[in-house]
Amino acid sequence: MTTTTMTIPASRTARRSASLRRDRRWALITSYVFLVIFAIFFLVPPYYMVVTALKSDAEVAHMATNPWIIANGVTLDQFKILLTQTDFLTYFKNTAIVTTCVVAITMVVSVLAAFSLGRMRFWGSSILATGIFLTYLVPDTLLFIPLFQIVKAVGLLNSYWGMVLVYPTLTVPFCTWIMIGYFQSIPKELDEAALIDGAGHMQMLLKIFIPVALPGIIAATIFAFTVSWAAFVYPMAFLYSSDQQVLTVGTVTSLIRADVYKWGMLMAGALVAAAPPLVIYAFLMDYYIAGLTAGATKG
Amino acid sequence: MAEVALHQVVKKFGDVEAVRSIDLDIPDNEFVVLVGPSGCGKSTTLRMIAGLEEVTSGNISIGGEVVNDLPPKDRDIAMVFQNYALYPHMTAFENMSFGLKLRKFSKAEIRQRVEHAARILDITELLDRRPKALSGGQRQRVAMGRAIVRNPKVFLFDEPLSNLDAKLRVQMRTEIKRVHQKVKTTTVYVTHDQVEAMTLADRVVVMNNGRIEQIGTPHELYHNPRTRFVAGFIGSPAMNFIPCQLEQNGSGLRVRISDSIAFPVPAARDERYRPVAGKELTLGLRPEHITEPRHNGRGDGCDFTATLDVVEPMGMETMVYFTVNSTGICGRVEPKSAGDAGAAMRLHANIDHMHLIDPTTGAVI
Repeated sequence: MTTTTMTIPASRTARRSASLRRDRRWALITSYVFLVIFAIFFLVPPYYMVVTALKSDAEVAHMATNPWIIANGVTLDQFKILLTQTDFLTYFKNTAIVTTCVVAITMVVSVLAAFSLGRMRFWGSSILATGIFLTYLVPDTLLFIPLFQIVKAVGLLNSYWGMVLVYPTLTVPFCTWIMIGYFQSIPKELDEAALIDGAGHMQMLLKIFIPVALPGIIAATIFAFTVSWAAFVYPMAFLYSSDQQVLTVGTVTSLIRADVYKWGMLMAGALVAAAPPLVIYAFLMDYYIAGLTAGATKG
Repeated sequence: MAEVALHQVVKKFGDVEAVRSIDLDIPDNEFVVLVGPSGCGKSTTLRMIAGLEEVTSGNISIGGEVVNDLPPKDRDIAMVFQNYALYPHMTAFENMSFGLKLRKFSKAEIRQRVEHAARILDITELLDRRPKALSGGQRQRVAMGRAIVRNPKVFLFDEPLSNLDAKLRVQMRTEIKRVHQKVKTTTVYVTHDQVEAMTLADRVVVMNNGRIEQIGTPHELYHNPRTRFVAGFIGSPAMNFIPCQLEQNGSGLRVRISDSIAFPVPAARDERYRPVAGKELTLGLRPEHITEPRHNGRGDGCDFTATLDVVEPMGMETMVYFTVNSTGICGRVEPKSAGDAGAAMRLHANIDHMHLIDPTTGAVI
């Protein structure tokens, strides 16, 4: 009797664990299949950019060659011409200035806003916090119409400083939202300990909160950088002379003339333009992921 | 160092009254423990002393000065939190020196104070470590160090041992007592653990429902509780509360707890209990006062037989549980004299230590 009752559950357990292993194997296979499809899907455009940028104009124009491989040898001519005979470097400089300023403004505003909204309880703070997030939901393709009036009114139309004014409308709400979540995950006792130690609110922010919330701040910085570097609608609407133009719009407008596409240079320009965000992501990836997932794990 | 005084202090959160007009005077150098169940207002009281909560009405003074409107940093207090609240990006040394740096102490003075505190707490070799690299007990020591270096007027402890395991808790309890004996600073300590309260305090303040139930030395609270709440809260296992009737017994009195069991009231208490003779009351008797017959106390009339429900051997002693008129009662007997569960056992009630409680008011008579 005892033997029978011992044997049946044992075989059931073995069967269940075998089925669990099989389930897991299928889950893994399915995941890999989809991941590989996605990887190919997203890596094809950059590959095409690299291949085209390293070809000569003649090879790009020659319809008989295979567009996916470099048949007539690698050349850096596209990069040389791009950097020496176009306004590309001006666009790059303008973008770098705009992005640096926007990131700085965004971080100062959103860290201060998030600290006050997330840690200093005051009347209306939670409504304000939600309100800030709601502004992020209005797309820039709608916002640029009223913003055009504002930029014009302050005399910054066709000046990249106008971008420094309008980009934060895209970056500040989301960065503030990330930082509110991050600051709220820091235990309340930490500010109480700092208060008792004799810190004022500004000292508490600078000496305790910013160092502790550094992963979140880096995540927000990367976000602000990416948005600012890649913005397209605002410069398209507000900038029209070449010396004020930024990379995204400048590259496209100067290298596509009517129906003539300078494909090699377009791809070279896109590659150079994509380099700074790529480098920043590569160095700060760990912080970025830690920052975005902090709220989920700290509960 | 300074005395702390609370006069008619009230704290309301919206409509909820968390602290209901409490008065408390803590003399210089005294170690006072606020103890009570969750939500009794003890932590709120401590946070009001610290300045982390505003006082709704009443006055709090430290060293004779009313501090109601002073921010925490100007009250010259130091606080140790339940979850340590160490700054995670700073080393133990930086954590301990943070408050001194903000108060612009010289580097030499800071080093000297931190090293002195580290010696007291035996954490000198941990000063370069970050909190992440410290164990729970070590973190708590650093948190205490952060309080000690400030040399404040008052130390405030908010359940500092609750996050530690049982063994470490006992060890740190002794440590806290040792530190207090060395630095002799007025200390207010909050806990829900009555053992911590009894072992640490010069005086214990028992709180319940936002009010102070009783203030006294651990000895006073244990032997002369004023209310049923204090009697039940202090002591482990808790005091037995048995419904009883106070009867006339010749010229004396006796408490009857069942048809067959009645104990003669000690003659010394006759006068105190006579006005309530004939009433339904509650008899309070601690487990250690229900033992096997030892023939060294008042033997006559205090022995009775009970059928044991549960027997719990603890090593040094054995707890026996039995029921009288559907009231569960616990006794504490010598391991070798304990019977088995289900068997009858002869027991003795040391009635000299009895308490009579008015069931309507909860007051000890």
